[in-house]
Amino acid sequence: MKLKDDTLTADATDIKILKALQEDSRRTYSSIGKLLGIAHSTVYDRIRRMEQHGIIKQYTAVVDTEKIGAKRITAIMTIYTDPKDSEKVAKKLSEAPEVLEVYTSLSEELLIMAKVTAENQEHLHAFIANSVAPLPGVLRIRTSIVTKKFKETQLAIIDKSEKLHL
Amino acid sequence: MSFENTSRLTKTIPREKAFYFFTSIGNYTGLSATSLKEFTEKINEVNAKSLEFHLSRGDFEKWTSEVLQDTELAGEIKRLQRFSLTGDALRNQLSIIVSRRLRHLTCQF
Repeated sequence: MKLKDDTLTADATDIKILKALQEDSRRTYSSIGKLLGIAHSTVYDRIRRMEQHGIIKQYTAVVDTEKIGAKRITAIMTIYTDPKDSEKVAKKLSEAPEVLEVYTSLSEELLIMAKVTAENQEHLHAFIANSVAPLPGVLRIRTSIVTKKFKETQLAIIDKSEKLHL
Repeated sequence: MSFENTSRLTKTIPREKAFYFFTSIGNYTGLSATSLKEFTEKINEVNAKSLEFHLSRGDFEKWTSEVLQDTELAGEIKRLQRFSLTGDALRNQLSIIVSRRLRHLTCQF
């Protein structure tokens, strides 16, 4: 773990700790220490520092919403915007509880991609028609409703040896 | 109809109450209307699929009635649903109805 200009750079041990936490964030310092062959106090220190420097942003529970009876639909919106307004549109979208993720892209033309959830198609449409289309700078919206989810995860730390060759 | 009522029906409304033309759930065409006059223009401009989408959902009827507060026009649009028109045939009929209503409202004063 190196600290340069108040920026923490994670070393190989930090990466291993992060990987262990990504697999199960409820792991104890002792179990991580045992797993990696280092002292639990080292694990504690490193985790504390990574928390303080925002490398570890939060510990959260991954909930299967269908199992608690909250059946919702998910859609991916592509919003074409006037370049001068895109930042404002992205920020405004980020405030909406229906919007789960927001990204901007400059790949072809300036656009915003957002993952949005709603109770059903009617609610989804109402949200887009009443809260997204009226935002100044929105030029066009394309929405794809997700029909089947194959994978949904946080970005995992992948070792070179684990890369899948297809 | 009083002058007050007529001007209410033909005035420009705030952007958040505008009619936004979609072609299907969540697919916004980029066209919107903030007045009856603009609505007339956009009907002739937008993809006919959008007209079919909104007519079948009763969106035109709802907007003209709730936002423009023109129940007469809303009733005429509702009647159009019975004819199951599509494409340009729908566009033409809708355009006739809305243009006629706009002329009627604006020619009174």
